[in-house]
Amino acid sequence: MAAVQGTSPAAPAAQSRFWNSRAMRRFRRNRLAVFGLFLVLLFILVAAFAPLLAPPPKVGNNCLRDLGASETRQVYNVFGGVFWKALLAPPQSCYMTARVNFQAQPSPPLKPVQSDVGEVRPLMGTSNGYDIWYGLVWGTRTAFMLSLSVVFLQLLIGVVLGAISGYFGGWVDNLIQRVIDIIFAFPSLVLIIVITSLLGKSLSNVILAFVVVGWAGYARLLRAEVLKVRSLEFVDGAKAIGATDWRIIFRHVLPNALTALTAVVVLDLGSVPLAAAALSFLGIGLPPGYADWGQIVSAARAWIQGPPGQPLAYWYVSFFPAMTIILFGLGWNLLGDALRDALDPRET
Amino acid sequence: MFAFIIRRLAILPVVLLALTLVIVGLLQFLTPAERAVAYVTNEQQLRNLDKIIRDKGLDQPFLVQYWSWLKEAVRGNLGFSKASNKPVTETIAERFPATLELTLYALVPILGFGVWLGTLAGLNKNKWIDQFARVFAVITYNIPTFVLGILLLVVFYGALGIAPGPGLISSETQVELLINPVPRVTGLLSIDALLARNWPVFWDVLHHLLLPVITLATISTATLIKVTRGAMLEVLSQDYVRTARAKGLPDRVVNLKHARRNGLIPVATLGGYTVIGLLQGAIITESIFGLPGIGSWGVDAAGKFDVPGLLGFALLAGVIVVVASLLVDVLYALIDPRVRFD
Repeated sequence: MAAVQGTSPAAPAAQSRFWNSRAMRRFRRNRLAVFGLFLVLLFILVAAFAPLLAPPPKVGNNCLRDLGASETRQVYNVFGGVFWKALLAPPQSCYMTARVNFQAQPSPPLKPVQSDVGEVRPLMGTSNGYDIWYGLVWGTRTAFMLSLSVVFLQLLIGVVLGAISGYFGGWVDNLIQRVIDIIFAFPSLVLIIVITSLLGKSLSNVILAFVVVGWAGYARLLRAEVLKVRSLEFVDGAKAIGATDWRIIFRHVLPNALTALTAVVVLDLGSVPLAAAALSFLGIGLPPGYADWGQIVSAARAWIQGPPGQPLAYWYVSFFPAMTIILFGLGWNLLGDALRDALDPRET
Repeated sequence: MFAFIIRRLAILPVVLLALTLVIVGLLQFLTPAERAVAYVTNEQQLRNLDKIIRDKGLDQPFLVQYWSWLKEAVRGNLGFSKASNKPVTETIAERFPATLELTLYALVPILGFGVWLGTLAGLNKNKWIDQFARVFAVITYNIPTFVLGILLLVVFYGALGIAPGPGLISSETQVELLINPVPRVTGLLSIDALLARNWPVFWDVLHHLLLPVITLATISTATLIKVTRGAMLEVLSQDYVRTARAKGLPDRVVNLKHARRNGLIPVATLGGYTVIGLLQGAIITESIFGLPGIGSWGVDAAGKFDVPGLLGFALLAGVIVVVASLLVDVLYALIDPRVRFD
């Protein structure tokens, strides 16, 4: 694992101290955690190299045209601009699932299908004419875009409001906590459904809906930590030598309170894309055709029964998307649970 | 305790007011014409959007609009739901029993199987049953409800053909019910059929609910296995359990009477989360299995931009969660004398 390679003799002392800290040793001993980390790294690689794993086809979406390329193989040319553009800043059209044809009938993996540019062999077959492999690979990118932006914004709002609430107390605290109470009184899925359906289907609206609902948990958790840290002696010490409130919050209280959020952040990185997929599955999340897992599973609903005599004829339309989603959730959950255990000071 | 209940119920109107304010506020991001579309049910009306805007006061300031909605809402008029083609209140009354039915049945495996396996795992730490329970919990916890529903349908309905397809009843039963309706007592079709001793309908409903109940119950069951196991391990290491063993009580009595009773207390703290989780799960489960409940209606309303329907759906969800978590908290205090109401 990366952890082992990090402890080369030349590694700086701080790094070696990190890898050999009690939490990291405990983490490495946990085989499930290492498996979770492996799954997560696999998904990160798939997301990062999506343009190479599922290159934009000549027809099916406008990705190739918007990249300024005429042939799919240009994407693999490391010396060409198309390679870097596809990898680092692909145009929005690349996130639309490539459509092999307009036949609702699924076509099995690797079976030749007639498309506008001759025969193609979709790796995982097609569902509603959409290339399942393309949708899953680019859907992984969508998942990471979603989870990273949602968690980042939630952290930003949650940490600022949680710190203010916990540090200053008084009416500000009361106000923020009552707002959080109200958010907590609703099932988050209901709020997210209402917000996205009113504002319209788009990636940014889905992100907005998740952030509106999700910051409250972070703020509540951080407030509790800040309350704990605030009463420690070193804060009094800082106050005694005349540090300003903001300096105390940012230099002394927050760094000591943030550890509590680590495990929650990791768990959320895994659960946000799954909740978004559920939303898309219900037909409320991302715009139709956008590469996301929920829509691919949703397309499978029409093909649960095979034709008479071949009950499992359409297995691939539900199997591949389901496995992708389950492994993604499993990876992040194993990682998050292990981190929580490793960082828990009560455990030995 | 009475004061505690009153105080918790007092938060309900505040919560509902805040929520509806946010929803009506969100609507202000749309133009009056866009909002008017929410009331359109046929093509004729689409040409008269101006009339709808004037009639419904959609070009009025935000607070005026909210006030007029609120005035009607407290009178029990929540508007007309385009998704169900009925008034919102009527839709809720008609569809809520189906959601309740699904959720109540889901509690059986959650509380029965989850607590049973969790207890067994805790009592047999690191034995095979414990390993099995942990692996089972990790795997089932990580299958999202919508994926599980589809997979169950593919296997048991599509491939094996032993489970019925989507819907609460089969088409034959539907015809049968039209000719010979079951008197509506509770609104829960299976219970009503049971009361009327109409066995074919009763079995048909149970048969149709089997997969949805498994789908809905799985994640909560996995959570309960984990929590019960952890709580049992904690309780079993305590002194009073050792004392009970030392004075020669049979294992059964120590495990089930002394240990498990206290082991169940942390499980009760999960109550509020479980209610929210089940409600969210019901939304997805009902949509997959085409059950005529609140959740599938809410999703339908969201897809059809049915604003009155969405408002009613969100209001109901808020009421359910606040009331259910209150019930759970009261229950919690009743079983754990250390908990004080304050």
